[in-house]
Amino acid sequence: MQASHAQPVNKGYFRKLVHSGALLNLLYLPALILFIIFIFYPFLKGIQISFTNWDGYNQNYKWIGFSNYARMLGDPDMTTVIKNTVIYGVGSTVFQNVIGLLYALFLNTSIRTRGFVRTVIYLPVIVSALIMGYIWYFFFQYDGGAINDILLLFKDQPANLLGDPKINVWIITFVNTYQYLGIAMVLFLAGLQSIPKDYYEAATIDGAGPLSRFFRVTWPLLAPSFTVSMVLNLIGGLKLFDVIVAMTNSGPGYASASLSSMMYLLYFGREDAGYASTIGVLMFVMISVVSITALILLRRREVAS
Amino acid sequence: MSKNKKFWLTLLSAVICLIHILPFYILITTAFKADDDLSSKWEFPGYWYLDNFINAWNQADLASAFRNNIIVTAVSVALIVLVGSIAAYPLARRQTSWNKFIYALFVSALIVPPLTILVPLYKYMVDIGGMNTYWGIILLHVTFNLPMTIFLYTGFISTIPRELDEASMIDGAGRFTLFYRIILPLLKPITATVIIFTGVAVWNDYQFSVFFLQKPELRTFTVALASFFGSYSNEIGWVAAGSLIGALPMVVTYLFLQRYFISGLSSGAVKG
Repeated sequence: MQASHAQPVNKGYFRKLVHSGALLNLLYLPALILFIIFIFYPFLKGIQISFTNWDGYNQNYKWIGFSNYARMLGDPDMTTVIKNTVIYGVGSTVFQNVIGLLYALFLNTSIRTRGFVRTVIYLPVIVSALIMGYIWYFFFQYDGGAINDILLLFKDQPANLLGDPKINVWIITFVNTYQYLGIAMVLFLAGLQSIPKDYYEAATIDGAGPLSRFFRVTWPLLAPSFTVSMVLNLIGGLKLFDVIVAMTNSGPGYASASLSSMMYLLYFGREDAGYASTIGVLMFVMISVVSITALILLRRREVAS
Repeated sequence: MSKNKKFWLTLLSAVICLIHILPFYILITTAFKADDDLSSKWEFPGYWYLDNFINAWNQADLASAFRNNIIVTAVSVALIVLVGSIAAYPLARRQTSWNKFIYALFVSALIVPPLTILVPLYKYMVDIGGMNTYWGIILLHVTFNLPMTIFLYTGFISTIPRELDEASMIDGAGRFTLFYRIILPLLKPITATVIIFTGVAVWNDYQFSVFFLQKPELRTFTVALASFFGSYSNEIGWVAAGSLIGALPMVVTYLFLQRYFISGLSSGAVKG
């Protein structure tokens, strides 16, 4: 690899280059160019747009300093939207990991049906999140929804579940959990299967019961699965978009909006691209801070155990 | 395991399966019911009403939506595999500090969701004429799927012994020949994983497609369905039928390839 040091200069620069393998770096050039064109440049451009009053179409727009940021701080909708985004992110993460772990523990026993159960639980991962939103819309819709058919047996009025700001955020969190539960389950199953059986045998000989075996052996050794699953779920939940569009279209008002669905409405519904870009910047900061912090904390736990 | 315990566990797994299948059952009953059928969605139709499917197919022009989906997914996935696999090789084998930096740059994009830069991306696509074009959306799909792809390939190549490289270089192979003849054939399993994961992601995409493919004749099926839901919101049966048609290809693929879906996810993520 480092053979280049020994080469005399007069052998030619090009030959030295070939020999050292540095030319191989050309192989990642296409990927790097795409990255710069479609991620890095727009990212910087987005920060720039967040300081303008651009409407999204007109070529005349001006620099307005921190106005969008000031507006964001004073925006009464922002509290709701940030709260929703946190519920989508943290709520889905907690539910997916708790239920996913329970399912994995259950399927790690030697029951005959486990292959089938695993197939069924993982199936929704494959379906488009937008379609998943529509499917659950049929459950929760006001008129003729499957849930209301049951409620009507006990009450005389159907419940407007998707129109109720206190409930719809949790319904959306639930749908996201249902859809991606399978990923958490599979990650935990992989983790469980990598724990050597002798550990359990040794613990049993030492007199450990099922609960203490779980907390002394399973829990610490599952740490790597937890890290991956938690971070994936957090990012997925914090950027939730498709399900919200399908089920409530952020409504009523912004009552069930996440930062991403609010951004979408601001750009396409209200022609407020400068402000939408500011929200994009906020979302970027929020997601990177949360997920990097989670990653560092969880990795530290892995090392400690 | 005692017989009794076995019975309860089997019963429990049956209950879990029923709960998870329920949404798909409701989707099917909704799709097959006539619009004047006011019976509960829990009730099975008892007749086969196909008008919802015919209407959804014709009104939302799902035929051309499917063609668009196939073109965009096939080309994107091919490019993702090509660009991703060649990029991973130097990143895995030449770990100079510069290359480590490039790798970190790629992987950090995993944490940053594409939605955060949607506004500038939209403006940029208008400027370069990539709006409502196949190549525009394809390049976006390729770029945003590269971080995961490079992550998976780099991890996999690191597990291929370096001795293999050295041996074939002693035999006189250049580094590019080496990559093409030795490394590439070894990448088959991880390539299967990459194809499945990025294929599902691109096929099901809504966020990019709704922004960048707005012309009716270029719509992918998610965009077609969404437009459909807005303008015919009373026609729940049509939306259900359209959703069923849209979900079917991936569900069938999954049932055939589920072993790869699941093993790819678990081996790629936990051991990496």
